[in-house]
Amino acid sequence: MSEFRELYQEVILDHGKNPRNFREALAGEHTAFGHNPLCGDKLEVHVEMNNGVIENVAFNGEGCAISTASASMMTQTLKGKTLEEAETMFRSFHNLITGNGDTETELGGLGKLAVFSGVREFPVRVKCATLAWHTFKAALDRSEEPASTE
Amino acid sequence: MYQGEPTLKQADQSGPRGCNTAAALAGGRIREQFPILAITVHGKPLIYMDSAATTQKPQRVIDAVTRHFTHRCSNVHRGVHKLSQLATESYESARETVRRGIGAAESQEIIFTRGTTEAINLVAQTYGRQRFAPGDEVLITAMEHHSNIVPWQMLRDEKKIVLKVVPINDRGEIDLNDYEALLTDRTRMVAVALISNALGTVNPVKEMVKLAHARNIPVLVDGAQAVGHDVVDVQDLDCDFFALSGHKMYAPSGIGALYGRADLLNEMPPYQGGGDMIATVTFDKTVYNGIPHRFEAGTPNIVGAIGMAAAFDFLQETCFEAITAHEHDLLQYATEQVSAVPGVRLIGTARKKAAVLSFMLEGAHPHDVGTILDLDGIAVRAGHHCAQPVMDRFGVPATVRASFAVYNLRSDIDELVQGLHKVREVFCK
Repeated sequence: MSEFRELYQEVILDHGKNPRNFREALAGEHTAFGHNPLCGDKLEVHVEMNNGVIENVAFNGEGCAISTASASMMTQTLKGKTLEEAETMFRSFHNLITGNGDTETELGGLGKLAVFSGVREFPVRVKCATLAWHTFKAALDRSEEPASTE
Repeated sequence: MYQGEPTLKQADQSGPRGCNTAAALAGGRIREQFPILAITVHGKPLIYMDSAATTQKPQRVIDAVTRHFTHRCSNVHRGVHKLSQLATESYESARETVRRGIGAAESQEIIFTRGTTEAINLVAQTYGRQRFAPGDEVLITAMEHHSNIVPWQMLRDEKKIVLKVVPINDRGEIDLNDYEALLTDRTRMVAVALISNALGTVNPVKEMVKLAHARNIPVLVDGAQAVGHDVVDVQDLDCDFFALSGHKMYAPSGIGALYGRADLLNEMPPYQGGGDMIATVTFDKTVYNGIPHRFEAGTPNIVGAIGMAAAFDFLQETCFEAITAHEHDLLQYATEQVSAVPGVRLIGTARKKAAVLSFMLEGAHPHDVGTILDLDGIAVRAGHHCAQPVMDRFGVPATVRASFAVYNLRSDIDELVQGLHKVREVFCK
């Protein structure tokens, strides 16, 4: 029982079931489409920037609990951050869930996102947890190509 | 003389006498022949229900592979030395075993390939490329695996042919009237799965062949999910091409076969160029070898072919009568038990089905279901099963799929149901 609880923590289950900032794009937002071809998860991330600061970020689409919760919590975390801060967080987050880097350091800067640390025991689910982040980056780049975890 | 004497002799001797019954399979004795079933996963005994993706391998196949490398390893169709002769004998005797296993008339009609995918690509790139003209039509169904869609799309883009699709109903069945209505005077090929990997549907292929042949249209059958689960007789089906994969019928991966009617194969240009597919080569001109070697350029997967022959021997010894009855029982039991779990929706409820159960559990994504089951040692597939158009047809991103083989037991299904209740506790509170 406890093994899957490490992955599916209550916070993740809650965000997976009731994602925050879950909506269509608004006029003026940068939007990108992300797709995990391996499992079929699809989502769109919408970003509004203001003077180098992330004013608003939201998403919609469909995916598993891990990818939905990760997207939901990412939108909460990134609001009000600068692009540099966002980059650093993604790096830390990626290190955390792939088991790279110094976990204590990574955990320090990640706040609530630390609940995803259990993903590192499930390598095939890493892509679920990072899909929203890749898509966020694509939205900033205003990329025409869909973001992919590949 | 050598330990690796042709295995078909052993199989013939054990023949019907050594045959299993469905009751014997239900009792699980056959599991002893599959060493992997003794391992644990996440500290739990492995419960393997992903045989539609690949089947586990019986000791007999593992031994045949080891025996070849230990006693007979050499190249085929080359060299005068003893080992090369023995390897050639094993390889060509494997072709004969495959011929017998699928009821083909002649062993020259069996071409070894990497699997079903390569077999279909071979037909598209040789028969199709040679004969199709702009505006010609290839007819497939809405339940095809990507391997029976994409090769035809590639040809469509190259040759400006038209790809037409027979629709499926909510059960996941095609209607023969819809099918017949789509056969036109421009149809040049029908390509259809005997059994759908995503839905388990058994298609009425024999009738489909009859309707196509009445209009002189050849039929390619994707047999990947069929061989190993029921008797296949290509002459009875009367199909023109039949593609199969070793790894879905207890043999190694990387080996499969294409059956083609000799008169068609003889007219087809080579697939790839290289050694073994030639008769003579000069810098001015190459004369191609005859069938089947014309389609087997380069050193083939010799040990794969030998492993596949051992798998056919295993199937013959196990008896299809017992296999089909046992797997039918598993399917019925799984359908009843899994349907009874609250929130389950079956995807694919055809009246004629193979032992494949695709489903959704309300409130839980298939990948989350797959992960939680995995932690209990239960291996199922979660995903689109390389059949994205099927997922779109049913309006789902993915499904959970449990698929059964000779070594599964009713108790495996009980464990699956327990696991699904656990998933519900987590996701469906």
